[in-house]
Amino acid sequence: MRILISHRTEYRFTEPQARVVQLLRMTPDSHLGQNIVDWRIEVDCDARLKSRRDGFGNIVSMLYLEGPIERIGLSVTGEVLTEDRAGVVNGAANLLPAGVFLRPTELTTANAAIATIGAPHGINGSDPLGCAHSLCDEIHERIACTADRSTDMRSAAEILEAGAGCSMDMAHVLIATARAAGFPARFVTGYLSDDDAAPQQRHAPHFWAELHIPDYGWIGFDPARECCPDEHYVRVAIGLDYRDAAPISGARIGGGHEVLRVGVEVSADADGQLQTQN
Amino acid sequence: MAIERAFDEIWGSSATREGRPEFAALADWISSTPPAELDRRQKAAEAAFRQLGITFAVYGEEESAERIIPFDIVPRIFTKSEWSNLSEGLVQRVEAINAFLADIYGARKILKDKIIPEELILGNPQFRPMLDGAKPPHGIFAHICGIDLVRTGPGEFWVLEDNARTPSGVSYMLENREAMLRLCPELFEMFPVQPIDSYPDSLLETLQSVAPRPAGKPVCVLLTPGHFNSAFYEHSFLADSMGIELVEAADLEVDDDMVWMRTIEGRVKVDVIYRRIDDDYIDPLVFKPDSLLGVPGLIAAYMAGNVALVNAPGTGIADDKAIYSYMPEIVKYYSGGEAKLPNVETYRCREAGALQYTLDNLDKLVVKLVDGSGGYGMLVGPTATKAQIEEFRAALIKEPQRYIAQPTLALSTVPTLTDSGVAPRHVDFRPFVLSGSKGVTITPGGLTRVALREGSLVVNSSQGGGTKDSLILAGDA
Repeated sequence: MRILISHRTEYRFTEPQARVVQLLRMTPDSHLGQNIVDWRIEVDCDARLKSRRDGFGNIVSMLYLEGPIERIGLSVTGEVLTEDRAGVVNGAANLLPAGVFLRPTELTTANAAIATIGAPHGINGSDPLGCAHSLCDEIHERIACTADRSTDMRSAAEILEAGAGCSMDMAHVLIATARAAGFPARFVTGYLSDDDAAPQQRHAPHFWAELHIPDYGWIGFDPARECCPDEHYVRVAIGLDYRDAAPISGARIGGGHEVLRVGVEVSADADGQLQTQN
Repeated sequence: MAIERAFDEIWGSSATREGRPEFAALADWISSTPPAELDRRQKAAEAAFRQLGITFAVYGEEESAERIIPFDIVPRIFTKSEWSNLSEGLVQRVEAINAFLADIYGARKILKDKIIPEELILGNPQFRPMLDGAKPPHGIFAHICGIDLVRTGPGEFWVLEDNARTPSGVSYMLENREAMLRLCPELFEMFPVQPIDSYPDSLLETLQSVAPRPAGKPVCVLLTPGHFNSAFYEHSFLADSMGIELVEAADLEVDDDMVWMRTIEGRVKVDVIYRRIDDDYIDPLVFKPDSLLGVPGLIAAYMAGNVALVNAPGTGIADDKAIYSYMPEIVKYYSGGEAKLPNVETYRCREAGALQYTLDNLDKLVVKLVDGSGGYGMLVGPTATKAQIEEFRAALIKEPQRYIAQPTLALSTVPTLTDSGVAPRHVDFRPFVLSGSKGVTITPGGLTRVALREGSLVVNSSQGGGTKDSLILAGDA
């Protein structure tokens, strides 16, 4: 499937900023089932951009802006060819052993409730792949998926207790329960081409998880949609949790506060014809 | 309770006081100088330290508990050959630590060869996955190590702890010597003591040697969390002694993956940062996002190879207490020979047999938290109350993987001025080992910490420990 992505981010500051430094994790890489045909990051003001890989294998770009800065417009556009590989991730750049992804983080620490959910789905059963699927289904059942992105960062335990959350929140709960069940689990940031989704849900990056399954390796699970990623998904960055894989981590020097506007348009081009993006 | 038959470094066996002939002159000095005179000099030294502001904060006490670390006027002394044996062991150990770090953040051969259980590294919070693949300038990660040693007999030294993050205490080594030269000049006529005042020069040479690319004169700075930090005196003292800028995060900025220092004349490119800020706070884009102490983009500059961070981030994996018990294997793996400085025997309570042994011998062992420091969360069995032992027993059963246990060593003693005259007190020793692109340098000295309470084995300043000058002889006395 040919997927076209246009991801625009606009920052406006209530007061001009002296400097802004941002770390962008917005560049996907090619691997089996995901071929990056074209990808570009553009900034609409005078900026320096430096790219390299981080320890997780993500392509990260540093953005350095000199003030005074009142607004930043960031535009990511790309074209990706995908195919359905039933969620199996192969050939992606990551040298870290799976064992790294067993450790808890602040956002994914297991409490008693999380351990209880994980227990019946343990990695040491006769069918670990089946357990991973049933765990993903269970998280989908327990947490109502909200279309709007959560405004504050909550831990997996808090999200589970609340019983509702966005795709990022659900990924964190799946990761916490999977690790409690013995599966190495990592957070994934990416894009989803979903014409059936509500309009506002299309306008944001999408988040899911990958679990390391004996004999298979890394397999993606999307608890928000109760499925494994297929040809509608574009994988961009991974980490222990959202903080390692956030599309943008930024710091600014200056007063006031910032207003963020994000617009993502992801569309499938089934007929092979380019569609107009805006 | 005193540990029986502890070795006294001046008096020999503390029971018989047979003496060590090589230090007879020092023993004479101790016995011939009236305690009141020793006390007068000690108070003069402490007054000077208070004047300088060499204070530290005791955690768990009121803010007003900022105080000086007690100083003891009776020095400790090492012969030339004792020191050269120690130095050889330290060089071997620190070279292994750097090889280990390069391996752990690189090919991880030591895990593939199953020398250390993989999960002990991969699951350890001190192993920082986002830094995987880091290649610091000249391949050096731990430029400054403070290796804590204890002694149990004439030639018996043991490594208690490897401090490979941002070890502190070197200012005490230097200030203690200053005080001794001023207050007890006769000792330096009696003994050919090796000078230690070259430490700031050695440190500066080490910093300059690891600059990312050959420059006329690399720009080095010392990055401090600020004057609220308990070690701020040391930060300003070292920056001043080396003649480099003492900066806070707001003085630095990263642009184009390079680090710059803001000055009145414009910005200056920085090559080497001696940072005294913990990993967690060093760059809010990568570590704790709410840190105000760090410099946004610093890790990007480091990963791009454009700046040397001293020590490199992520070195905590080398001095972690859970890794410590594997150090003899680690040293052997990278150096090809047996470790010249042995470890203290360590029971890993994560292993069932070791846990059982520990639970059966709590009254004899020292039990430590794997992730504790500063003498907190520690049980010294022989001096503990029944209630303390039972408290640790419950904690051990609940979370055994958080603890290690070690035999209670009969730590050596050194004569120390006490309320009832000069008496033996237990000590440890922290020499500072510098690793630059031209090799390893060890200033002939270190920080001796002394447990001032009779019989106490805990030398940490937060637990009532003091310090002493440590004299290394240039020739045989």
